[in-house]
Amino acid sequence: MFNQGMSRRHFLSHAAMGGAAVLGANQFLSHLQLNAAEVSKNQKACILIWLGGGAPTIDMWDLKPGSKNGGEFKPISTAGDLQICEHLPTIAQNMDALSVVRSMSTREADHMRGAYFMHTGYVPNPTVVHPTFGSVVSYEVGTKRQNLEIPAFVSIGNGGMSPGFLGMSHAPFSVDAGGRIQNADMGSMDQGRLMARLSMLETIEDGFIKSNRGEAGQAHKDVYGKAVNLMKSEQMKAFKLDEEKPEVREAYGRGGFGDSLLMARRLVEVGVPFIEVNTLGGWDLHNDVFNTLKNQRLPQLDKGIGSLVADLKQRGMMDNVTIICMGEFGRTPRINQNVGRDHWATSWSVLVGGGGLKGGQAIGETDADGTRIVSDSYLPSDLWATVAYAMRIPLDTVHTSKRGRPMKIANGGQPIKGLI
Amino acid sequence: MQRAVLSLVMLLGLCGVISAQESTGAKASKFTTGSSDPLINDINQFIRQGWEDNGVEPSEVADDAEWIRRVFLDLVGHVPSGKQVEEFMRDKDDAKRSKLVDTLLADPAYVRNQTTLWTNTLIGRGTPDKTNRAGLEKFLRESFAKGRPWNEVAYDLIAAEGRFDENGAVNYVLAQLQLNPNSEEYVVEATAKTARIFLGLQVQCTQCHNHPFNEWKQNQFWEFNSFFRQALRVDHEKYNPQTGQMDDDYSELIRRNFEGPVYYETRAGLMLVAYPKYFGTELDPGPETNRRLEFARAVTKDDSQKLLAKAMVNRTWGHFFANGFTRPVDDMGPHNPASHPELLDRLTDEFIKSGYDTKKLASWICNTEAYNLTSRFNGKKNEIDNPSNGETALFSHMYVKPMQVEQLYESLLVATSANAAGQGSYEAAQGKREEWLRQFMRIFGADDGEEPSLFSGTIPQALLMMNGPLVQNAISAEKGSYLNEVLSSPSYKKDPDRIRALYLAALGRTPTSTEVKNMSGMMSRYPTPLMAYQDLYWALLNSNEFIVIH
Repeated sequence: MFNQGMSRRHFLSHAAMGGAAVLGANQFLSHLQLNAAEVSKNQKACILIWLGGGAPTIDMWDLKPGSKNGGEFKPISTAGDLQICEHLPTIAQNMDALSVVRSMSTREADHMRGAYFMHTGYVPNPTVVHPTFGSVVSYEVGTKRQNLEIPAFVSIGNGGMSPGFLGMSHAPFSVDAGGRIQNADMGSMDQGRLMARLSMLETIEDGFIKSNRGEAGQAHKDVYGKAVNLMKSEQMKAFKLDEEKPEVREAYGRGGFGDSLLMARRLVEVGVPFIEVNTLGGWDLHNDVFNTLKNQRLPQLDKGIGSLVADLKQRGMMDNVTIICMGEFGRTPRINQNVGRDHWATSWSVLVGGGGLKGGQAIGETDADGTRIVSDSYLPSDLWATVAYAMRIPLDTVHTSKRGRPMKIANGGQPIKGLI
Repeated sequence: MQRAVLSLVMLLGLCGVISAQESTGAKASKFTTGSSDPLINDINQFIRQGWEDNGVEPSEVADDAEWIRRVFLDLVGHVPSGKQVEEFMRDKDDAKRSKLVDTLLADPAYVRNQTTLWTNTLIGRGTPDKTNRAGLEKFLRESFAKGRPWNEVAYDLIAAEGRFDENGAVNYVLAQLQLNPNSEEYVVEATAKTARIFLGLQVQCTQCHNHPFNEWKQNQFWEFNSFFRQALRVDHEKYNPQTGQMDDDYSELIRRNFEGPVYYETRAGLMLVAYPKYFGTELDPGPETNRRLEFARAVTKDDSQKLLAKAMVNRTWGHFFANGFTRPVDDMGPHNPASHPELLDRLTDEFIKSGYDTKKLASWICNTEAYNLTSRFNGKKNEIDNPSNGETALFSHMYVKPMQVEQLYESLLVATSANAAGQGSYEAAQGKREEWLRQFMRIFGADDGEEPSLFSGTIPQALLMMNGPLVQNAISAEKGSYLNEVLSSPSYKKDPDRIRALYLAALGRTPTSTEVKNMSGMMSRYPTPLMAYQDLYWALLNSNEFIVIH
């Protein structure tokens, strides 16, 4: 039965005949590459930059010089019509494209509950799991991108939340900052052997499908088809940063966060509509907030976001890509005895921009000590409604939970007026 | 026309008109598993009546290979070994199916499987904070091993007090107490979960408003809620001299003082009161009443509504058929009529009469004609019996269901002897199991309320099977692995025998001659037999046929 003398090359050419299904994908890829540049310019996307732990936004986006709560940093002028922290100079140069909502009031000051509220627009509820907004975008936008072979919601750095009642096919697809995908590596196995395997699999699966037992067999085959397409997809190059010029990589900053943002841009270019970046953590600064910000967090944040915005502008993509930078809450205006700031959800700031939203604005206002909002205040549902607006997702969209309860997209929030 | 018929059937189903009065013309069932219990025949008649009323002809009886795989997965949580399949196929005993059901129900693996299923139902796959999963598992394991009546087990779970390691039953309620004890919401989850899991009632929406389409009212939610108001979680810490910090020590569930009504607000902003009341049973709202205990008594002892038994029957039926008499199984009531109301009532009465014997209940179901049918449709003759299209389940063929993550894990071990291949101690094996299940949960979703299932359609799930460590290990052909055994044993000398052995282990059936021919053809292109067999086994374990229960 076995031809022991068969050479590897011979084996491969035989095996390849069994894998005709794959050829279609390759042809289609070359077509895609031709159009890639055009596609990237017109497709809407959102990059969520998540500051896990809750960033002290009073030291970043809404400084209070002269107040006892003001802290050590000075405000500087920017390319927009507002001032931000002196340790964010690259972002300052690009503030014409970004705005700050300074009147977030989000009531959840616990890490888990706050993260849930900010990601979904809903407060946690024991009877239903709401989808994180990336899953909503996957559901609403991703399913319409026929050419996309990568999942529509990519989470860099294992963040993200649950897809909730929208189902696991809209769950965040996790990669690390090196672009590695769990279990996508075939080791040393060559394509020929993979195809040989797959043709055996196809034979078995088709047999079961033909046995007339309902839809489950075909559904399984379809999912495997997608997984194989992913493993072989040209779009997987989006995860490979070595194609970028060294100066670009330097500009973003080498290491986790800069690499993640660069990868996010590359993912947008192949058509991924939602990317969450969760590789710059450590914002839960109960102690030593100023030194930590000045020496560690802010320089990375500044380089990464500043370069991302400059890059998107230069590529003509800024009007299509919405950027949101936030964590689960802000931090107390009051500085505690450990020179830290504690959890605070009453009055804090979020950075928003791109996607055709107005840049260079400060939306809303807090009082001189930063403890109280003195303008209209906003909820996460308003932020996500703004993103939905920017991504052309109709705001009257309603989803239905598994128990039949209707849920308005973005919890019925309204796009923030000053941004649209 | 077709459409009209379908919607008519749906309508009839929804109205619950499948009247199953014994043999009003329904053909007597000839099929038997060999069980002598007269109840089985009655169940068969109820089901047959439903077929007749809906003009459906059932599929054939499943062959032995199809049936043994199914009953293994449903009762003990994993596939049978190739050897067990072969022995069963050779067995000439007419009563072999009913005997196998008895054997499996007596197997320690049945207890383990029940423990897994119920732990997941009660506290979810991801263990909530400061909850002792092992403690709950121990309580359930002992309960199922002793064959304790379900109403007693439920009583303990609802009423338990004590330390989470000493009285494992407390972990059910502890798991639901995750909020600030002073919060008005503190026992909301315990209320909703208990009603849903034990009574088959979905009351959670009525926390805030009267239910839009069932008869539940907001006051009933708060009446139920008031039973749990004395429940209090206490978390103990201990000093760790090494780190100088306080570590979690243990948690306990105790009773705190609570008397009088609970207050709740309607959507119109009106404040109202609710007293502890379970249908007819009203408690003294004074300080002396142990509310949770009295509630447990009302629910599990002489409840004229029989909700506890009915919910268990419906859930158990749903476990075996992938569809209960209502959908979902834990939402019962006039707003959601049962597909076979008389059968459900009859089984409920018999279950109570048996002393809430969960093994009896499982045995009845496994011995029914419906459970023994093939999962293939009978051509057009029962194509309308397709619950995944929203139709009412008529049980005229078996419905395909995806394996749960634990079933998949255990089945991969059995099919590949991966537990034997290159593993050390029991602890190492347990550690591997937990690590694997953790990865699975992350990829497959661990949301307990929605019954996470395999192949909800995600790429990471497929990648995990295709390239993940367990399947890689299974096809490594290391010494001690099943593949190694097949390739080195003198009993499988010829290639068709080897192919047959792999089919039996993975799919629980022998390959057809065409399959042997096709596979041999593809395998002959390989440079070495080892690679060919590895890839065949890879393909079998990755197939749709492996991962579903059918």
